[in-house]
Amino acid sequence: MPPDLLRALTAHVTATAHAHARDSVSVSDTERPCPCPAGTLTARDDTTVVHHAGTVAKAHAPGTDRDHLTPRLGTAAHLPGILLPPLAPTPVDLRGRLVTHWPHGTPVDPDDPDAAPWEAAATLLARLHRTPPPVPVPPMRGPAKAAHAVAALRATAPGHPATAPVLHAWATLPAWARGVAPMPDTATLCHGDFHLGQLVRPPAVTPTPALAPAPAPAREAPWLLIDIDDLGTGVPAWDLARPAAWYACGLLAPDEWHRFLTAYRTARGPAVPPDGDPWTTLDVPARALTAQTAARAVAKAVAADRPLDEVERSLVDACARMEAVRPSSPPD
Amino acid sequence: MQCPKCRAPMHTYNRNGVQIEQCSGCRGIFLDYGELESLTRLESQWAQPAPPAPPAAPAAPAAPQAYPAAPQPPAWGAPHAGHYGHRRHKSFGHMLFSS
Repeated sequence: MPPDLLRALTAHVTATAHAHARDSVSVSDTERPCPCPAGTLTARDDTTVVHHAGTVAKAHAPGTDRDHLTPRLGTAAHLPGILLPPLAPTPVDLRGRLVTHWPHGTPVDPDDPDAAPWEAAATLLARLHRTPPPVPVPPMRGPAKAAHAVAALRATAPGHPATAPVLHAWATLPAWARGVAPMPDTATLCHGDFHLGQLVRPPAVTPTPALAPAPAPAREAPWLLIDIDDLGTGVPAWDLARPAAWYACGLLAPDEWHRFLTAYRTARGPAVPPDGDPWTTLDVPARALTAQTAARAVAKAVAADRPLDEVERSLVDACARMEAVRPSSPPD
Repeated sequence: MQCPKCRAPMHTYNRNGVQIEQCSGCRGIFLDYGELESLTRLESQWAQPAPPAPPAAPAAPAAPQAYPAAPQPPAWGAPHAGHYGHRRHKSFGHMLFSS
């Protein structure tokens, strides 16, 4: 990420936060250290996210299509009980990048996997999948991103011993799961990139005294889904496939997987049959996400010139086992 | 050896002194002559409230309790053996939170 983008985005979010709060801080005041809590939330090559007080600004990946991002943003604005609603309905330009604005929420604690809100996550996904798209949206980008990760592996680590099993596992998948054919479902609204980092609790809304004469009981805000970059219509099982893949690779305990799946079914999510074997629909997306995650892991290990760790090896091992058991639906 | 059903390689495990081969693909289990009887014998020992539960103890308690409710992983899945504790290291924690 260019450092000048981070500086520009930080100045932008500071100005936006204070404009939003109707403060009188002007740009010249940024010379003085501002007392608000602020910082960088994400600084990857393709995405930069910063916050200042309660305002988050996200610079989307270079090349993000405004005509795709705007309806995705509109979807979040229309589904405030499921997706975190944006502060502004349209993206703005900043140094050639599209920037969106969000309230600053509390994420799931990565150091406490036991506290992961599996039931809340599953219920949100079920509700999203049951909601007709409020505005027309492009296809969700899950398969395209998996294809991108596998292509990157092919390009950067052709000779690594773990590359062949990942590529073989990928090759057995149907064309839609490899992002080279339209998905068989073009109507269901999907998140497209679900993992535990995609949940936040929004800031608590303080009721005004006029509306709430009695002190409101302290209540934790409900979890909401964030990150609409890959949101769109598609195969909803894709959104369950990352936990499914972790479970299949022996990384997620059966109990946690069971809690997630049961909550999804209880909320009448359409991605899996209401009872019986869920793998009839999960198998292909879980294979694809295992291959995608393994591809990223191997590429990272090669870039860092280090061996695969135990978790990374378990993903590659799962890819190797896939060769012996072909997907239930034939590649098309 | 190769699995007679799906041709994937089979791995040998020692379960309470009984050698069993499990397929890495379909997870089917192959028992040699007499091994089923050995397992049955061991099972009846489990059923008794005998206190000297010898070296078999570590593997046994999880399986019979977890089995009925536990959902089944796909055929290409890893053998789940109740070892999540040690896998919960940094790398796994990181993976749950990234694309």
